[in-house]
Amino acid sequence: MASAAITDWKGDYGFLLSNLIKRDFKIRYRGMSLGILWSVVNPLVMMGVLTFVFTQILPEYSTKKFPVFLMCGLVPFNFFTLSLISATSSLVDSAALIKRVPFPREVVPIGTVLANSVHFLIQSGLLLGMALVFGIRPGWHWLWLAPVFLLEIVFACGMGLLFSALNVFVGDVRYVVESANTLLFWLVPIVYSFDLIPSRFEMFYLYNPLAAVVMAARNILLDGTPPSISLLVRLVLCSVFVLLLGHRFFGWVQHKFFDYL
Amino acid sequence: MAITFHEVSKVYSHSKSRILLRNYLTGWLRPPREDRFYALKKVSFSIAPGETVAVVGSNGAGKSTLLSLVAQLCFPDEGTIRANGRIAALLELGSGFHPDLSGAENIFLNASLLGLSRARTVQLYSGIVSFSGIGEFIGQPLRTYSAGMNMRLAFSVAVNVDPDILIIDEVLAVGDRNFQKQCLEKIFEFKEKGKTLLCVSHAAEIVQELCERALWLDAGELVMDGPVKEVMAAYSGRVHPRAIRSAIERSP
Repeated sequence: MASAAITDWKGDYGFLLSNLIKRDFKIRYRGMSLGILWSVVNPLVMMGVLTFVFTQILPEYSTKKFPVFLMCGLVPFNFFTLSLISATSSLVDSAALIKRVPFPREVVPIGTVLANSVHFLIQSGLLLGMALVFGIRPGWHWLWLAPVFLLEIVFACGMGLLFSALNVFVGDVRYVVESANTLLFWLVPIVYSFDLIPSRFEMFYLYNPLAAVVMAARNILLDGTPPSISLLVRLVLCSVFVLLLGHRFFGWVQHKFFDYL
Repeated sequence: MAITFHEVSKVYSHSKSRILLRNYLTGWLRPPREDRFYALKKVSFSIAPGETVAVVGSNGAGKSTLLSLVAQLCFPDEGTIRANGRIAALLELGSGFHPDLSGAENIFLNASLLGLSRARTVQLYSGIVSFSGIGEFIGQPLRTYSAGMNMRLAFSVAVNVDPDILIIDEVLAVGDRNFQKQCLEKIFEFKEKGKTLLCVSHAAEIVQELCERALWLDAGELVMDGPVKEVMAAYSGRVHPRAIRSAIERSP
């Protein structure tokens, strides 16, 4: 009994997810005259401030084409934190729905992550635009960005499943996730490059999927080379492992959501 | 059988709710409070396909818990439940609605939550809109609708899912007379197709009109199960069958 939570729902997952994504998208931009432009403004402002700090105040740490270097970190990081924070509270926010309508619960956090992926796509366009503006010549190796970013979405879905379920049982999880994301900004090579990391700390970076995505994006756009095979293998293994773990945990506890919400 | 409950119990306790980390930590130091209470206690019944059954009882008797269990929203702590067929639960109309989306967008969202495919929703769309009587307001955000319009729209979507088992919780209480009649007609139509209906209502006339059989719950226990007229007579007189039984036993 316990293992078979939502057994009788034989609906259309794609249709349901697309409706949830549309809902998130429309709600977020209601009443904003600039609408979708906000998706582009936020990372640009962040990039502007950090570029100022690292070219005017701490110029010894900046690299050439620094704005592009920063955007390679900011775009994947923004997507990850925004989708993890909103996915973590997604089940609790949808409590009324979960207590009244029998439908597969995993679409709630996954739909939230996918809604954020739309912004990720827009910001990726911005990243490529910046690369062109800074005179980086496009090539076929740019296509590597697609699987790399896709793996990040897989990773975010796994984390979203895990933390949204935990947040149902313990109310502090949301705050822990929010604080952790502030720390993460400094623990992922966003404002500094991977080469500056002392070798004794390298292990912490090598198995962090988010760090791997940032490094891969820099390989592709700044070095003009596809990411290394070992980096890709680690990224695939870590993201898929987290997705399976999140899915397993979610499936294991979801029959209790009703009682705890 | 469409629905079978065998010795089903559902327990709620203080520890079974969302808590903060602090409580986890103090929980290790102090022994947990014993505060279990049974929302349902060893309830057994079965409903054949095509039966129309009402669940009656005072507030807190376990009616909503019973419906949630049938709808597979929650799961029993003891006993087994079996349900055959596609279930649609109208536990609270418009649960999936969002006030900032238009009526049309809400139809699509709700239909997908209830398990309809895109093609089926497109096919049913105009029927849903005309049944709801919302008319030209269908493109307006839901927050501009009255409570009655909201309910009409929600009911229209839900009845079009065409389930084998329809579960209704007190939803016919709102809406004007006309729409209530329209809803009742739809439910009768549904009944005539030989589908199973399980409902909770405090409106005695609606219960007697719609259902053949009634289950009376009191403090989580099934105290009476029988033809609707008899159960409603006993229930409206608030004569507890057990009270009668013990009175008979006590009399010499």
